[in-house]
Order: sequence, then C-alpha cells, then structure tokens
Amino acid sequence: MVTAASSLPQRRVEHLDAAYRTAVRAKRRRALLFAAAFAVAVILAAISAEVDLLKLADKIGNFTSYLGRIFHLDDGRLVFADIGEWYWGISKWSRLLLETLIIAYVGTALGAAGALLVCFAAAANLMPKAWIRVPLRRFLEFCRTVPELVFALIFVIAFGLGPIPGLLAIAIHTFGALGKQFFEVAENIDMKPVEGVTATGASWPVAVRFGALPQVAANFVSYALLRFEINVRGASILGFVGAGGIGQDLIEAIRKFYYSDVSAILLLIIATVVVIDLVTEQVRHRLIEVEARR
Amino acid sequence: MLQIQGLTKQFGTVRAVDGVTLSVPPGQMVGVIGRSGAGKSTMLRLINRLEDPTEGRVLFGDLDVSALKGRGLRGWRARCAMIFQQFNLVGRLDVLGNVLLGRSYAVATPRALLKLWAEQDKAIALSALEQFDMGLLAAQRADTLSGGQQQRVAIARALVQQPDVILADEPIASLDPRNTRTVMDALRRINQELGITVLCNLHDLDIAKAYCDRLVGMAAGKVVFDGRPESLTESEAHELYGLEAGEVIDLPMPVQVPAHVASARLADRRAASAH
Repeated sequence: MVTAASSLPQRRVEHLDAAYRTAVRAKRRRALLFAAAFAVAVILAAISAEVDLLKLADKIGNFTSYLGRIFHLDDGRLVFADIGEWYWGISKWSRLLLETLIIAYVGTALGAAGALLVCFAAAANLMPKAWIRVPLRRFLEFCRTVPELVFALIFVIAFGLGPIPGLLAIAIHTFGALGKQFFEVAENIDMKPVEGVTATGASWPVAVRFGALPQVAANFVSYALLRFEINVRGASILGFVGAGGIGQDLIEAIRKFYYSDVSAILLLIIATVVVIDLVTEQVRHRLIEVEARR
Repeated sequence: MLQIQGLTKQFGTVRAVDGVTLSVPPGQMVGVIGRSGAGKSTMLRLINRLEDPTEGRVLFGDLDVSALKGRGLRGWRARCAMIFQQFNLVGRLDVLGNVLLGRSYAVATPRALLKLWAEQDKAIALSALEQFDMGLLAAQRADTLSGGQQQRVAIARALVQQPDVILADEPIASLDPRNTRTVMDALRRINQELGITVLCNLHDLDIAKAYCDRLVGMAAGKVVFDGRPESLTESEAHELYGLEAGEVIDLPMPVQVPAHVASARLADRRAASAH
C-alpha cells in the first residue's frame, strides 16, 4: 500500500493516538456538560414562567381556528371569494396607512436630525469633556430604553388622541437609538482630518463638520433608513393606544371580532412593510457600494 | 519671538517632552532633528496646543500660549499653522475647500459651516494655490491627488491662515525624493520671502542641514543639541541617532551643502536602499 507519510513504529503511533483520544474526549465532555447545563436552564426558566406544553398543545386549536375565522367573511365564504367585500374599508384604511407612514417618516426624520446634532458631542474621540459626553449618553439611553408605546401613552394623555403623540414617541425613540449608533460610527473615524482642521484655529463645529461629517455621512443615512423600516412597523401598532395610524382600526377589529377586517388590515400592513424594506434595502446597498468605491 | 520654557508632556509614565527650553527669533528656519519617538512631534503639538503641556509654558511675545482658552486659543492656532506628515486634509472636500478651511478662524462659524466663503477669501486661497502651481486643481477632490500635491495643498491652507509661525511635523516623511524637494523648497521660500518662522521636524539629517538655519536635536524628550547645522559634529549626530548613525550620515557633510546637492544625494541613497 502506498501512503503519503512514512509509517512510524507501532508503539509511537499508539502513544500519539492515545494522546489524541484523550484530548478529544475532554473536549466532548465539555460540550456535553454545556449542553446539559443549557437544557437545565431552559427547563428552570420554563417552570418559573409557567410555560405549560400540555396547555399549549391543548389550545393550539384556538389559534388555528382564529386564523381560519379571520379569513372568512361574515356570510361564511372565504375572503378571497369577494375581494370587494373583504376590503370594503380600503379607502379609510389607506388613509390610516398613509398616516402611519407619515408618522414613521416624520418621526424618523426628526429623531435622526436630533441624533445628528448631538452624536458628535457623545463621541469620546471628538468630545474630550466627560461632563458633556456622559450625561448626553445617559440621556440617549433613556430615550431608547423607554418603549415607544409608553411614550405614546403618556403623550396621548398630554396631547389627546391623534398622530402627534405617535410621531413624538417615534421621534424620541429614534433619537435615542440613532444617537447611539451615530456616535459609535463617529468614534471609528480617522482623526487626521479633524486635527488638520482644528489646527487652523477652526471652532469645534467647523472641525466636526469638515473633519468628521464627510467620513460618516453615508453610514448615517444607511442607519436612518434602517430605522425608518423599523419605525414603519412600530408606527403601525401605535394606534393601539390611540396615537394615530392604522393600529387603531386593527385593535378595534380585533376587540369587536370583525374577523375579516383583521386579516385585511394585517395583510395591508405586511405588504407595506415588505415594500418599504425592499426599497430601503436597495438604497442602502447602493450607498454601501458608493462608500466602498471611495 | 517664540519662547519655550521648561516644556514637559507626560503620557502615563513616559515623558515624551522633558523640560525643553528654547527661544526662536522671528524669521528663523529651525530643523528639529532626532530619532522617531524623541518627542519632536509632541513638542510641535504642544506649541500649536493640539496637546496641553503637563508642565512649563510657551510664550509668543507677550502672549502666554499655554494659558489660552476658547477663541483666544483658536486665534493662536490660526497664527501658528501646522503641517502634518499625513497632510491631514479633508479627503472628500475639493482642493479649494481645503485651503479655505485655513480661513475658518477669520470667518464666523455659521458662515464656515455653510461654506459661505467671501470672494476675497476665495481669491486669497486661489493665489496661495497658484504659488505652488496648483491653481488649476482647485475643483479636484483632495484624496485624488498625489502625496506631494496634497502636501502643497496643506501648505497653501497654512499660508491663508496668514500665520506668524509654521510648524511642520515630518512634512516630507511620506513623500518621494522629488516631492521632498518641492515641499522643502516651498517651506524655505515661505520662510525667506514672507519672513514666517518655520519649525520643521525632520528625521533626515541631510535635508535638515541643507535647508535650516539652525538645528535642534532631541533625544528622549530633551534637547541635546542646539546650534548652526555646520557645528553639529559627527559624535553629536551619533548621540542623536544612536545605532542609526551609520544609516543617517554616510559621508562627512561639507559645510552648507547647496539644496540640490543634498536632495540629489538623498535620492541616490533612497534608490540604493530600495535595491
């Protein structure tokens, strides 16, 4: 038999083989221990959260039957049999959907503008003064950790029902989320242009505007577009708390058992989100390509 | 008169600049020489106040530079322009825009932010560019230029600051021999024709000797030589450069080498070491 390697004496081979087996066995034991620990943790978590698989199996039928019901019209026909009847409220829903998009769009724009204004002051490389940087970061954190729905509820109480509270809630959350992403991008820039401009006697805003902004602009736009996608989804449920948009009709349909309306509105939302995702993804990819060519 | 008194900068436990005292009369061209890591760069950054000193101070006439803050500090930076090894231009901005940034102290911040430069400032910037044969490249993006061209844009940016002092931190270390000569000639011309004081960090002794009125040698943050180029003896140069001495001084230098001879020699040496 032809072998690639010259063969070793039998005893030496046995010795190496034993060493290899021991090493592999130790690795396998560690992997098994880890898997066991993970399984125990899952079980403990399930017990403390009162997850009951039997109950889940028992009630799964309710879920599928609900799915079935929302795809039937009141007269028992499948929704697809009469699209006109199914989408009887299309003009009202389109208006509400447009309102949702506007809430998401204006909220993203306002939040992104605010984030752009403050992010450089939160970046450690550009803002050496900790007494500005640290409180600003905490404030951004606060803005993004409080859920949009909570902000929306508070603003509904303050400003009344309608799109304004939703818009403000989206803007604040976007400000916090984009602010963090923006300053993290800004912390990775090449500092040489910033120093070059600073050394001419330029003020801090001028040094940032010319030294830092051109390096981060494309990245910022990309993040803002991604946030817009997220905000369209977020804005579609703000109506649950009366903060404008399609959500208010969706929750009404769910609560009042207007079954076919639920499916009609849900599909409308899904279609819109898919279209927005596809479009912004295209734009973002083009931006990344432009950036890579530089 | 630029006066540096007991200037010290400590980074952690390292004293990058250690008790440097110097005075530079107006109009002098000073070459700061020494190995990399000797503290040359930090010293220039301390003078421009890109770094703050740990101890000591910098005076310019009656002005205590090390005590300046806010607009006063910016005014000082405008008066003492800085040129960098890596040019430090804004790559995505065109050439004229980069040069105009040299006017950013003289122009109100909102105008500068919106690039609302006065026609007069544009004229100053264009004529500074044209001095270095770069006028026709004004609309080109800075990062499309060669290293030598970028450094000339940086010098033009420094000039439109209308500075009293120019600090050049290894201005030729990233350039080929031909551009080295163009850039050093430009600095020498600015110094002689406009009377601007130039402090130039150089690790290349031949170039320093060929272009400067005075050499300041630094080692481990301290000044170890200060005098006319011809008074630097071989043993002093040896101390400055340590083990690198053999590479740096391959021949005894004649007194006052004309510029073209020095750069031609440099070109030969670079070519030889490239093989």
